[in-house]
Amino acid sequence: MKLTVLYFARLREALACDAETLVLPDGVGDIAGLRAHLVARGGAWQALAASTVRAALNQDMATPDAVLRDGDEVAFFPPVTGG
Amino acid sequence: MVASDSAMDAVSVRPDAFDAGAEIAALSAGREGVGAVASFVGTVRGEGVLAMTLEHYPGMTERALHRIVEDARTRWPLASVRVIHRVGRLLPGEAIVFVGVASAHRHAAFEACAFIMDFLKTRAPFWKKEETAAGARWVDARDSDDTAAARWASPGSET
Repeated sequence: MKLTVLYFARLREALACDAETLVLPDGVGDIAGLRAHLVARGGAWQALAASTVRAALNQDMATPDAVLRDGDEVAFFPPVTGG
Repeated sequence: MVASDSAMDAVSVRPDAFDAGAEIAALSAGREGVGAVASFVGTVRGEGVLAMTLEHYPGMTERALHRIVEDARTRWPLASVRVIHRVGRLLPGEAIVFVGVASAHRHAAFEACAFIMDFLKTRAPFWKKEETAAGARWVDARDSDDTAAARWASPGSET
């Protein structure tokens, strides 16, 4: 399964990455699994473990149990501060 | 009954400045049923901030704003709605956001305008970074914004 993963704001800077294409290993099927997979990279990636980090799936806010499908766009970001 | 045309709802995310007076005028132009226009303009506070840079998630931002406007339309009879949010680098005193709402009566206009702003602040993917003399820092989200959005959870006050 191949995904596009985007990172924004503080998280984008901490990871020094704004976007990547990722091929997921078998067994990673939802947002929580993807998050754990990325945190396992260690170093700065552990920032993704913070409970404040939000996730979106195909441009809608997503819960940890949201199921991933091939071609999905996932984004991780800190709480929003617009307006 | 106010003539309503949701196709006229315009959501705009852009670096360029806006003319709030012209936007307000456009909300009621040619709409005889409109008796109230409420608007909100958010600006960059100075207070040690030299500039503010707004980042957003292109695509999701517009989607989120359209959804908030649609939610407002299910709660109040609205003739027209306009939401403009600027992105990029802005200086103190510059306008960041415009929300304008036209309806037949004032309560719907006031409440829908506040509702849209409360949800914009908690649901639309924008992030502010401030430049100060001590360096740049990301603005932290405030619990009071979540509280403000939560007060709309139970319908009842709208008329």
